[in-house]
Amino acid sequence: MATRELIIGFLPLVDACLPILAQEHGFAEEEGLHLTFLRDVSWATVLDRLLYGHSDAAHMLAPLAIATTMGVGRPAHSLVAPFVLGLNGNAITLRKDLAARVCQPGVLGEPRAVGAAMKAEVESALAAGRRLRLGVVHRYSSHNYKLRYWLAACGIRPDEQVEIVTVAPPFVADAMAGGEIDGACVGEPWNSLCVERDVGTIVLATAQIWRRGVEKVLAMREHRLDARREDVEALIRAMRRAGRHFVDPANSQTNAAILARPEYVGGPEDLILRAISDQPVLVHDGPPVPFPDFMFQYSEAANFPWNSQAAWLYSQMVRWDQLAYSDEQAQRATAVFRPDVYRSALKSTGDDLPAANSKVEGSVTQLTQVGAQQGTITLSENRFFDGRTFDPVDIPGYLAALD
Amino acid sequence: MKIAIIDENRARASIIEEGLAGIEGEIHLISGREGLLARIEQIAPDIVLMDLGNPSRDVLEEYFTVSRVLARPIAMFVDESDDDAIAASIDAGVSAYVVDGLAAGRIRPLLDLAVKRFNAFARLQADLAEAKGKLAERETIDRAKRILMDSKRISEPEAYAELRKKAMSSSRRIIDIAEAVVTAHGLMGGN
Repeated sequence: MATRELIIGFLPLVDACLPILAQEHGFAEEEGLHLTFLRDVSWATVLDRLLYGHSDAAHMLAPLAIATTMGVGRPAHSLVAPFVLGLNGNAITLRKDLAARVCQPGVLGEPRAVGAAMKAEVESALAAGRRLRLGVVHRYSSHNYKLRYWLAACGIRPDEQVEIVTVAPPFVADAMAGGEIDGACVGEPWNSLCVERDVGTIVLATAQIWRRGVEKVLAMREHRLDARREDVEALIRAMRRAGRHFVDPANSQTNAAILARPEYVGGPEDLILRAISDQPVLVHDGPPVPFPDFMFQYSEAANFPWNSQAAWLYSQMVRWDQLAYSDEQAQRATAVFRPDVYRSALKSTGDDLPAANSKVEGSVTQLTQVGAQQGTITLSENRFFDGRTFDPVDIPGYLAALD
Repeated sequence: MKIAIIDENRARASIIEEGLAGIEGEIHLISGREGLLARIEQIAPDIVLMDLGNPSRDVLEEYFTVSRVLARPIAMFVDESDDDAIAASIDAGVSAYVVDGLAAGRIRPLLDLAVKRFNAFARLQADLAEAKGKLAERETIDRAKRILMDSKRISEPEAYAELRKKAMSSSRRIIDIAEAVVTAHGLMGGN
């Protein structure tokens, strides 16, 4: 079988792991694929290269893929996401002194309690004439949406009472050290780097805000998917196998070493190992704190592109960009996620496939077996920390209840 | 017309600046990350050119998104009819942001120039890399010659002739043979 090439764009973050490991461990090759990687240092460039054909597919912020398709902020280009690269994996890191006032450093706090203490800090800063400033990686990122969701649910009004600014992940530690920001919500290994440099303390993992929140996706131009459909399906199979290898703790050391290479993430191997083995170190010189849900790349059909996840991201875009809700736009946003492609890729493998394409997000409170097209799928708790649920059929109702 | 060129690579920024010298207007070079947005705000440029490898692109785009609701909306190009021009600039490695309302006729010549200068810089770098590669090859061949001269007690021309003979008989390049000699010597405990 001749080998076909796919060029994959990515940003140096550990959650770009699945395509990288699919190539490095030979899973891509077994599917007749050779993957080449294009490493960039801004999402704008990863996106431009995808739109103008330098890459076939890219590691992409899920909300950015949706915003691009809807033409928010620039001319619309239709993107599709047939595979979720992982759930969560990000954290909120605060300046050390601020962290010490809102939680017990070294322990992942309870989001409500940390939020209540944070509210007091925000208010006393405002009384002193200053808004706390928090960094996120991009306006259209789940980091931004989860941070805002947490703040708002704790009674803190983003934009009004705190300032949320964009900071490139590799500069988060510098920005915190230099006093440009008081905290940030960012992916790994950049929280761990703040801890390592002793400029910040990890106070919450985004998994504590939404236990099974969608993170990066594999995105591509719609017409490129149509032109390379078979190869994309082969890539999906290779990435599922890479995911299975990735979540086996026996392979963590090997995988950390691969990801640490300069052509990939290019960061310290030990920091990468902490993230991918779900053992973040929260405070400088502290012990690793095992948190099994920190990154979620494989189990419970984690890579399945639920239309309801895309719908939730759209709801947050409406909420924070003050867009007018429309059924048509909701449909367009939701259709960026392509469960049909995922199903078709894995039908012959016996891999787990849910029966539905949408679910009520945040509604699972205990181990629940869900209907499956094939395999057996048991979902564990997937709640939002404030106990709300998101039903994709009633976005306006959901948004009204949030205000 | 005010043009801001943001590039952490000072050499490239100068080459672009030089290329735009004929254009009517002010040109501002910004090369550091520090205080980037404050500088932009102060300059209030009509056009911003930034290299694709710049890690501050997302920060700048966010600033433009926020500024869209302010007095001077800036967007990446004006409309979809610019698509070919965008594709050419992305290929060259430069992104351009233009203040809304600036006539397309004034933007295009400037962009074409910027793209040309970016491409010229890329060629210069490729030439430089090739020259560096050649230099490294020369050094390796010199080291291999010295190893042969010392171990076989032969002259420099004789050592070179040996490398050349081996390369020809095995249809490989001289540099490949030289690398093999240097590697083998290293393995045998030489330095």
